[in-house]
Amino acid sequence: MIEIIDLCKSFDGHKVLDNLNLRINTGDTTVIIGRSGCGKSVLLKHIIGLLRPDSGHVLIDGKDVTKMDEKQLNDVRLKFGMLFQGAALFDSLNVFNNVAFGLNEHSNVSFDEKAKRVAECLSLVGLKDIEDKKPAELSGGMRKRVGLARAICMKPRILLYDEPTTGVDPIMGDAVNDLIAELHNKLKVTSIAVTHDMSSAYKIADKIAMLYNGSIRAEGTPEEIKNTKDPIVRQFITGASKGPITEGIDFQHLITE
Amino acid sequence: MKDFIVMLGRRFMNFVKYAGGVSILLGETLFWIPMPPLRRKQVVEQMSKIGVDSLPIVAMISLFTGMVLALQSAYQMQRFAAEMYIAALVAVSMSRELGPVLTALIVAGRVGASITAELGTMKVTEQIDALETLATNPIKYLVVPRFLALIVMLPILTLFADVIGGLGGYIIGTMKLNISHGMYMKNTWEPLKYKDIYTGLIKSFFFGIIICITACYEGMKTEGGAEGVGRSTTASVVVSFILIIASDCFFTALFYFVGKQ
Repeated sequence: MIEIIDLCKSFDGHKVLDNLNLRINTGDTTVIIGRSGCGKSVLLKHIIGLLRPDSGHVLIDGKDVTKMDEKQLNDVRLKFGMLFQGAALFDSLNVFNNVAFGLNEHSNVSFDEKAKRVAECLSLVGLKDIEDKKPAELSGGMRKRVGLARAICMKPRILLYDEPTTGVDPIMGDAVNDLIAELHNKLKVTSIAVTHDMSSAYKIADKIAMLYNGSIRAEGTPEEIKNTKDPIVRQFITGASKGPITEGIDFQHLITE
Repeated sequence: MKDFIVMLGRRFMNFVKYAGGVSILLGETLFWIPMPPLRRKQVVEQMSKIGVDSLPIVAMISLFTGMVLALQSAYQMQRFAAEMYIAALVAVSMSRELGPVLTALIVAGRVGASITAELGTMKVTEQIDALETLATNPIKYLVVPRFLALIVMLPILTLFADVIGGLGGYIIGTMKLNISHGMYMKNTWEPLKYKDIYTGLIKSFFFGIIICITACYEGMKTEGGAEGVGRSTTASVVVSFILIIASDCFFTALFYFVGKQ
């Protein structure tokens, strides 16, 4: 189980996370929704220890990652796989070495075993025979899939997805959603995704939590979120430009200027 | 007046922050060097990129510098009929000063800029974060191989620059100023002391550290997409140039005073 307790983080005096509390159950897919720039990715980076909070705790199976030194953090990180927004594939390495990166760094398995594992991971994300290609030769959707193959190569227990459907066309976005759901079922992992794409959230989530003004505004099953009476959550999930979130903000200048 | 003091204070704080960041990166790099794995393959790759690939431009610039040095000093020395000392002047100034400094400036411009651009792009595309999520320390993986390659290859490139600069002087001396081959060689080797060569190499070793740490620091703190990468790359070259010239002044003074005692 992952528990986030009273998490606070500021950048240059601007509070991004403000006493945020969230519990993520083992084996569930939890989707964190919120507006662009509201701190969703920052929250994800706290969970995997890429950022240290100003205060608060992130407990993974009862162990606080905010208090760990680098070696302990690396041991915990081996339990995670993360898909970045732009896939973050290493430009200088080919697909094989990108996917096998964790194995190259943290195991002594033979080349044949690595090749087998890489082919297995690529086939899980619907790709084959692209091991020799460089990331620059791949399309956006393929890059996301290779990023996902790299994330699952070390057989993680927790998968983190940062905007998994951003930057790909709607059809590929839906394919990525199917892939996330399929991987969740096959690998039996705990998944946490951050997104502002509501169709993606409804499709993959067991639980949806909305981040607003630095803390969790609402959480519940997709059905509960769909039927919420909270005007702020309603405005976000329906994508209305007028409402309590945008009160006092005039979008007219976007049209006239 | 108040605004001026605030601005001065802010600049000073930025300077302290920068110096602190660079020192921490240097400390962490030194800490990670002996830690396994040693990544020999990556070090050799970087040596090739940094050293071997820089050799043509270093050779060309050193050759022309040696030639210009010989011609310019001939202009002065002909007045005193002292052309035969041109060989000594070229050899000593190349090995003590121009070899190390010019090579460092070329490498800072060519290699330092490319390190910053590469690491900066990795930073803004979250590749450095990805390294950390894969339980790999970015300093060990990215900075250490470049650091080792630079501190080994910059002195070697400097040796090449010394020799090729001398060759430039030799070409002008023997073909244009009518100094005989034997006389030129004698006047090159006789006044040249070991100290002239090793002080130059010591300088270039420290220039290598400056170039690597400045370039990596600028790269790893890049923010703001392509524009940020451009800004960091410019800053990396400018800061490296300033630090190379400033530390050259420091080392020259140090060797001068130590040599006198």
